[in-house]
Amino acid sequence: MAKCKYDWPEAGQRKLIGKRISRVTGPAMASGQAKYSYDINRPGMLYARLLACPYAHAKIKSIDTSEAEKLPGVKTVRIIQRVGTEIQWAGDEIVAVVAEREEIAEDALRRIKVEYEKLPHIVHEEDLSQVGDRAKPAAEQRTGDPDAAFKDPDAVISEGYYGLPVIIHCTPETHGGVAEWVDAENLRVWISTQNVSGLPPQIAETLGTPVTNIQALCEYMGGGFGSKFSPDRWGIEMARLAKDVGKPVKLMLQREHDSMVAGARPSYFAKIRVAAKKDGTLTGWESDTWGTGGPGGATLPPIPYVLNVPNQIKRHTSVATNVGPARAWRAPGHPQACYLTMTALDDLAAKLNMDPIEFLMKNLALAKPREQIYRQELQKAAELAEWTKNWHPRGDKSPGPIKRGLGVSIHTWGGGGHNSLCNVAIHPDGSVEITLGSQDLGTGTRTVIAITAAETFGLPVEAVTVNIGDSKYPPSGGSGGSTTVGGVSGSTRRGCVDALEQLFAAVAPGLGVPAEQLEAADGRIQVKGDAAKSLTWKQACAKLGVKSVQVQGKNPGPCQLGSSGVGGVQIADVSVDTETGIVKINKMVAVQDCGLIIDLKTAENQCYGAITMGIGYSLFEEKIMDQVTGRMLNPNLDSYKLAGIGDIGEIVVHMMTGPGYDDRGVIGLGEPPVIAPGAAISNAVANAIGVRVPTLPLTPAKVLAALAKGGIA
Amino acid sequence: MQAFEYANPTTKEEAVRLLANQWGEAEILAGGTDSLSLMKDHVSTPRRVVSLQAIKELRGIEFKPATGLRLGAMATLSELIESAAVRREYPALVEAAEGVRSPQILNMGTVGGDLCQRPRCWYFRAGYGLLARDDGKALVPEGENQYHAILGNSGPAYFVNPSSLAPALIALGAKVRVFGPQGTREVGLDKFFLTPASDDQRECDLKANEILTDILVPPAKGTKMAIYEVRQREALDYPLAAAAVVLRLDGKTVKSARVVLGHVAPVPWPAPEAEAVLVGKTISEAVADEAGKAAVSKATPLSKNAYKVQLARVAVKRAILRAAQGGA
Ligand SMILES: Cc1cc2nc3c(=O)[nH]c(=O)nc-3n(C[C@H](O)[C@H](O)[C@H](O)COP(=O)(O)OP(=O)(O)OC[C@H]3O[C@@H](n4cnc5c(N)ncnc54)[C@H](O)[C@@H]3O)c2cc1C
Repeated sequence: MAKCKYDWPEAGQRKLIGKRISRVTGPAMASGQAKYSYDINRPGMLYARLLACPYAHAKIKSIDTSEAEKLPGVKTVRIIQRVGTEIQWAGDEIVAVVAEREEIAEDALRRIKVEYEKLPHIVHEEDLSQVGDRAKPAAEQRTGDPDAAFKDPDAVISEGYYGLPVIIHCTPETHGGVAEWVDAENLRVWISTQNVSGLPPQIAETLGTPVTNIQALCEYMGGGFGSKFSPDRWGIEMARLAKDVGKPVKLMLQREHDSMVAGARPSYFAKIRVAAKKDGTLTGWESDTWGTGGPGGATLPPIPYVLNVPNQIKRHTSVATNVGPARAWRAPGHPQACYLTMTALDDLAAKLNMDPIEFLMKNLALAKPREQIYRQELQKAAELAEWTKNWHPRGDKSPGPIKRGLGVSIHTWGGGGHNSLCNVAIHPDGSVEITLGSQDLGTGTRTVIAITAAETFGLPVEAVTVNIGDSKYPPSGGSGGSTTVGGVSGSTRRGCVDALEQLFAAVAPGLGVPAEQLEAADGRIQVKGDAAKSLTWKQACAKLGVKSVQVQGKNPGPCQLGSSGVGGVQIADVSVDTETGIVKINKMVAVQDCGLIIDLKTAENQCYGAITMGIGYSLFEEKIMDQVTGRMLNPNLDSYKLAGIGDIGEIVVHMMTGPGYDDRGVIGLGEPPVIAPGAAISNAVANAIGVRVPTLPLTPAKVLAALAKGGIA
Repeated sequence: MQAFEYANPTTKEEAVRLLANQWGEAEILAGGTDSLSLMKDHVSTPRRVVSLQAIKELRGIEFKPATGLRLGAMATLSELIESAAVRREYPALVEAAEGVRSPQILNMGTVGGDLCQRPRCWYFRAGYGLLARDDGKALVPEGENQYHAILGNSGPAYFVNPSSLAPALIALGAKVRVFGPQGTREVGLDKFFLTPASDDQRECDLKANEILTDILVPPAKGTKMAIYEVRQREALDYPLAAAAVVLRLDGKTVKSARVVLGHVAPVPWPAPEAEAVLVGKTISEAVADEAGKAAVSKATPLSKNAYKVQLARVAVKRAILRAAQGGA
């Protein structure tokens, strides 16, 4: 293949790309210098609080805000949802109050009188017989000849029940921000967002303000996991309130409110039958699934997952409930699809008396086009988990109440780069700036941009200034679908290569060679093959005179710098106390590919974080809803259980690199490693105790209930 | 949080004068690790908060071989853990406190606060009152009762006592000193916790204008003690069930035993049935298991918490075995 001018440097020539490099924002984040939306304080700023509906389903009959308005310090009271509106979940916002201080706003809320007509609600969906007309069955989907597959007398059929409940996003920084009208026409908002460039158009549409008059800022943000793409009702209200009072207004959701309304992952429950030949070859799939993502229900997740089992029947029922609205949750649909599929397949492997890794290997032809990748990753994961030594058939027969087990799961994701524009500037003083309307969710976006530029310019990472988090910068896509690293590295690389050409052109005459013979390396601009003829980077930039090089970089663009599609394998090693039902993670092995890795350290970090999150939803997390009151009972972090440092065991991450991986170019990674933990951990527990615990989270109650029905053997 | 008046008395007499005769009007502030979240959630809305921080005599930890241990109510959980005397003489107490785990809570939280902290019942914390009722209807029996009581739960109270220290202290025979307008009174800690019968009652034997001043623990020389807590998470979580055991042995034979369960009933739950199994026996796995079984023999689980019966049984068994092996 002819070399294309923007191509990534060959493996031997990479000075920074693929190395373990600490994030450039580390010191600022650790020292508190990094300012999150929560930290933004503007002169004269006022505080907003929202009155939430206490009922899961109700109609607003009357609203009386007069007492709140009388409270000294209250600046304005705004009705968000009018009398007559039907509310679909507890926590939905009814009235906003702005006051001089947060506590005054809080007190004012308690003086507002809202009358509701309570309407019937449904907040539990696992038992489909209890949801009445909230169930909306979809048309059956069929491929191949499933009837024949299941009727085949030689088929081995495994049948099971599986499920995972609604969980929430629990972003460390809640949703919200600060709004300020710079003048009568121009609005500036600091919002905790995954979508800096995409916010102004959304705000403009709702407010009826020209998009050019809106600036969205988000220098640092404390996690989104898919729940922060839109300004949301509170973002819009914050702008309106700021206009009403003529002062900047801060509106950050309180934790319990955020938990109720600002992000939930749909639940899925399933009855699944899978068929295989005696040698393990998969021949049929039948599933009845149902789930909820709030009033909008939940669509069929992508099952069977990864392995495209021949001969399928799928029936799905979407259940509309009042649990609160669903939002994209890190790899939408995949953790659930992976859990439902990989647990059902693991049960089939057990029934076939097959080692589950062997069983997956046997069926990898169904995982096209990533057959080879999975094969290599399964081998690597097995080696790191010492599978041959530690795995045993279902049921740990060793004495004592503590049983150990291993479980495996595989996953996939896209992660192709999004559209991104950036401005690359090389200044006469030698400084370098990359400027784009992207955002760093904590993934290390600034760092990968700096590495890409530094690698191209032959400079150290610190020599590059990265400006992001401002919608006035060249637009870059929202950070969803693991698309950011591919997008920003592509635009940065192309922009930097073009900028460098201009610098070469300015320097070439002085060095007495044509510009094409120059290269940038080790902080110098030098003649290829004759390093003696060179200038330092600073000397070279001085040749620019008074004019900076300013170039726009773009993704997508010429040359293949990235692609889409990854695999990944995880193995969980757990211990289960069969007397108490407590599951402890000994070790999690994650083997992951994502094409060409820009920063090995931040890539590994994504896996550590994703697995910690995965352990959380496998063992602890659930949006616990009370059917009588319709309310979420665990909206605070003392009762919404996340995995802590003591709960995660040892996490071993191996990133696949080298031929077959690097040549695919850059692919995103934020989502894939969070997909497999549920199935891997559940399979490990089944391997330890000899019986499937059907639904996540794997609480002591459920583990003991499963053991009471059988197990170990 | 509702606005309140803040008082910072320096003597207990002054503190008591600042408190009200009615519950709800004034609240005591010790370390604030529980009381602040109660106020933020509007579960408690006092018009005055009386801090005990400046009252020196409520602090301190002293041990005398003849009389035993005195814990000032305002001694922090960290001070308890770091006390050489407590570590040596009452290792089970140290273990119970260590279970709280979070350094911030250990540093701020006090021994008195741990005993007086309010239940974690999520209906209570969501504003449905201590007895968790909505329009007069009890929410727990048909609701999300997975963490609620399996013993002493005939109603109207279904919450569990949240204190990890209480079972160990009761097993050690501790009593508390309470100071009020009439002066000081002493109450056995086993009598201190109460099951409220109505929403205006509290879960311990304190009046609205009384404070807990000291915890007194008799000498424990010659005993073997241990606790066992079943915890799902390592930190920032409460046990699902716990047991504290104090044994007096004659050679290998149990002369006397105290077994107290935690997190299973509205009060720390003594298990005389388990004690009866142990007395006169040599501790073995089978004996410990039998005692565990006896301890929960009267359990009446709710719709979603039958698993806690098993957890409590195992906690008792394991605490007994650990005590017999030399303790915590
Ligand atoms: C996430 C989390 C996990 C926890 N896990 C555990 C655990 O596993 N086990 C456990 O035991 N605890 C646990 N705790 C509770 C913690 O130990 C208590 O919050 C702490 O001990 C309370 O002490 P404090 O001094 O902060 O009390 P405060 O919060 O100041 O007071 C608590 C209550 O007691 C009253 N009070 C305090 N002192 C006195 C007194 N001297 N006289 C009369 N009334 C008084 C107050 O009025 C208030 O109602 C946990 C807490 C949290 C937040």
